[in-house]
Amino acid sequence: MHITLKVWRQTGPDATGRFETYEAPDISPEMSFLEMLDLVNERLIEAGREPIEFDSDCREGICGTCGLMINGQAHGPQRATATCQLHMREFSDGEHITVEPWRAAAFPIVKDLVVNRAALDRIVEAGGFITARVGSAPDANLIPVPKESADAAMDAAACIGCGACVAACPNSAAQLFTAAKVQHLNLLPQGQAQRWSRTQEMVETMELFFGSCTNYGECHEACPKEISLDFIAMMNRDYVKAMLTNRQRDGQKKVG
Amino acid sequence: MTLTLDAKIPSGPLTDKWNNHRFELKLVNPNNKRKFKIIVVGSGLAGASAAASLAELGYEVEVFTFHDSPRRAHSIAAQGGINAAKNYQNDGDSVFRLFYDTVKGGDFRSREANVYRLAELSGDIIDQATAQGVPFAREYGGLLANRSFGGAQVSRTFYARGQTGQQLLLGAYQSLANQIREGSVTLYNKMEMLELVVEDGRTVGIICRDLISGEISAHAAHAVVLATGGYGNVYYLSTNAMNSNATAIWRAHRKGAAFANPCYTQIHPTCIPASDEFQSKLTLMSESLRNDGRIWVPKAYDDNRPPGEIPEAERDYYLERKYPAFGNLVPRDVASRNAKLVVDEGRGVGPLKNGVYLDFADAITRDGRDTIEAKYGNLFDMYQRITAEDPYDLPMRIYPATHYTMGGLWVDYDLMSTIPGLFVLGEANFSDHGANRLGASALMQGLADGYFVIPYTIGGYLSTFLGQPPLPTEHEAFENARRAVEERTRTFLSTKGTRSVDYYHKELGKLVWDNIGMARNRTGLEKAIAEIPALREEFHSNVRVLGSGDSLNSSLEKAGRVADFFELAELMARDALHREESCGGHFREEHQTAEGEARRDDENFSYVAAWEWKGPDTPQELVKEPLTFEHVELTQRSYK
Repeated sequence: MHITLKVWRQTGPDATGRFETYEAPDISPEMSFLEMLDLVNERLIEAGREPIEFDSDCREGICGTCGLMINGQAHGPQRATATCQLHMREFSDGEHITVEPWRAAAFPIVKDLVVNRAALDRIVEAGGFITARVGSAPDANLIPVPKESADAAMDAAACIGCGACVAACPNSAAQLFTAAKVQHLNLLPQGQAQRWSRTQEMVETMELFFGSCTNYGECHEACPKEISLDFIAMMNRDYVKAMLTNRQRDGQKKVG
Repeated sequence: MTLTLDAKIPSGPLTDKWNNHRFELKLVNPNNKRKFKIIVVGSGLAGASAAASLAELGYEVEVFTFHDSPRRAHSIAAQGGINAAKNYQNDGDSVFRLFYDTVKGGDFRSREANVYRLAELSGDIIDQATAQGVPFAREYGGLLANRSFGGAQVSRTFYARGQTGQQLLLGAYQSLANQIREGSVTLYNKMEMLELVVEDGRTVGIICRDLISGEISAHAAHAVVLATGGYGNVYYLSTNAMNSNATAIWRAHRKGAAFANPCYTQIHPTCIPASDEFQSKLTLMSESLRNDGRIWVPKAYDDNRPPGEIPEAERDYYLERKYPAFGNLVPRDVASRNAKLVVDEGRGVGPLKNGVYLDFADAITRDGRDTIEAKYGNLFDMYQRITAEDPYDLPMRIYPATHYTMGGLWVDYDLMSTIPGLFVLGEANFSDHGANRLGASALMQGLADGYFVIPYTIGGYLSTFLGQPPLPTEHEAFENARRAVEERTRTFLSTKGTRSVDYYHKELGKLVWDNIGMARNRTGLEKAIAEIPALREEFHSNVRVLGSGDSLNSSLEKAGRVADFFELAELMARDALHREESCGGHFREEHQTAEGEARRDDENFSYVAAWEWKGPDTPQELVKEPLTFEHVELTQRSYK
């Protein structure tokens, strides 16, 4: 296959970026998209030009490190597929492909196609956990968890934190990511003690960094794990309840 | 001076050792804990669980990861599950049976006391993970489900679909996030440890490079915990993540930490075969697939018919034929070696004849497509995405690939290396799996080390340094180490050779795979020992690293890692050559039974081979830690 690539190059966070065009002849359809970029980089190095920086690690769609806008689509054209699992057989010979980094104010560009997604970690640090000191856990079978709850929690917990939902959203909102994290824990009996504080703190931290959700649903379309929009609805409902519950709890706190 | 290895195995009966030891370890009182600073390098299962647990105890913890987020460590890719001797299935499991299976599975090359402790702690891990909200698979009654796994005849594996590693890592990461929020852990992301700092015979800190700004900085602490994973990427192609590397442990080795059993590497039997020369990594298909899939190749050589046209009578279900008791569930090393045998014979399948079939047709007929989809749906999807073949219709093609390294830095029972104050956890150490790791045991070991071992043992070490602050980073020990790192970076950038880092990594990988892979022999190992240094010389004089050191530069990062792989590969070859026996993942063709099974030599090789660094121009020196077995009878492993 012969591919023509238009790639975003930017030397640093504050530098001005630009598109550069690279011809990529002799591409095998069996290659993954990132292996195609590896080959382009090998050829760049051979020609004495700096290779394109892009993020990738596990290359099996689970670590969430990779993520490219391919022809304007987060993770490219294939459904339920992270960039590293996309293969060149999904493209046709002679195709022109535009490759950009995730585009969102909350994800500043580090270099070329690499962005900084630390804002997602800040949301988790705000409350995306169940406080369970090591050593204090009861026997795992003490609390039965209905299979349906465990399965639903697992559906949410499958999120790989890649940020495609944010990149795909016209508002750069992080509702799908946050909802997945919130509902994974809120759906489980073990997560009930911190349910309302978790919900409020995670949602409000999200809003410090990201845009607002207006229900486009692009996030779900781009999600490599097909996380359901239902979780956003559940989170919104929990958030309303959390506001009331937390206010009530604040009122019940003894002063002095 | 030659090192002496003292494993510090506690005295007393096997079943009481850990309990007694915990009582004997000195404690640090809660007010004093905050005066101790601990550096944890790596944020996978072992690192994140250690950091969170140590911070909960009150220590001042700093975590360093080269990832952008701790959640991306490669533990996340573990699929199948985690073992625990809960006996929830009432099928005869016990702590002793898990201990026994693990020692036997490791081909009697691990320490009894360590393995027993691991088995003892296994149940606590499940309790802890469940309390954190890890969504393990459940039965309809709401209790936990289990499945069986290679190398075991009981169902003791807990799992979260095919993403158990992901869910356990997220559990540990969330606990870490909780501690970051509390201010008890400081996280340094995108920071790669490039040197260990040792002064006056003990560990005092590390030198790191900020991968984004290129800044090189020194960090001091009372103790350093390395949880930086294995070295499978020495083969170039492996199931490891692209960035997994041996640099942290290798830099520590060069500073005096003995490296144990480097030749014990595990080749996982069920990976997707390579499709072309540009393959950048291999993808594993969970071993749990062997519960329902049947492995076969055509009986005839060079049979080019599609699998569906090969009648039952012309298929060779070679594992079921050779090992009737375990069948497709034999341990990994046995399954891998047999796949290599049939492919080398010319009975391989697929366009490159480099695989064997893993066939679900019988399971789908027996249980229905829905049941199989519920169990393995995500794995089948992954396979289809990579190969464009539908495993519900066509059998999967699989072939072994490097997956895990049992070798690693030598540690004593307290998980401390031969450098005082340097602790090593998880895959980075050598401790529990002997010559072969059983499936679903890596997650168990990483979390046992992090949640339940290091929080106790590190206190015993730290208690002797009460009132002493960490060494100031202005000290010349830090300055010298920092200068060495800067010099190394400058050298790579100024070599200006003609070939890329990846070119050399691939060349090295081929050499290692061909000669120190699934089957080894004297000729091949001697060839590797002769050729690796020459290739390394060429790498250092001819590598081309473009760009600068003061911004993100992945070629520069890789150059340092590949340089360390070169040195490690040579040590692997020497270790494999000296071990004149076959055991677990180390199969020497000269040492096999008439049926082609591994033949151990317990009389001469029942020891841990620890290698001590003697300087860049002198080969490492072998130091032996004898292994004694009091509770398990040494037998030839038989899965027939």
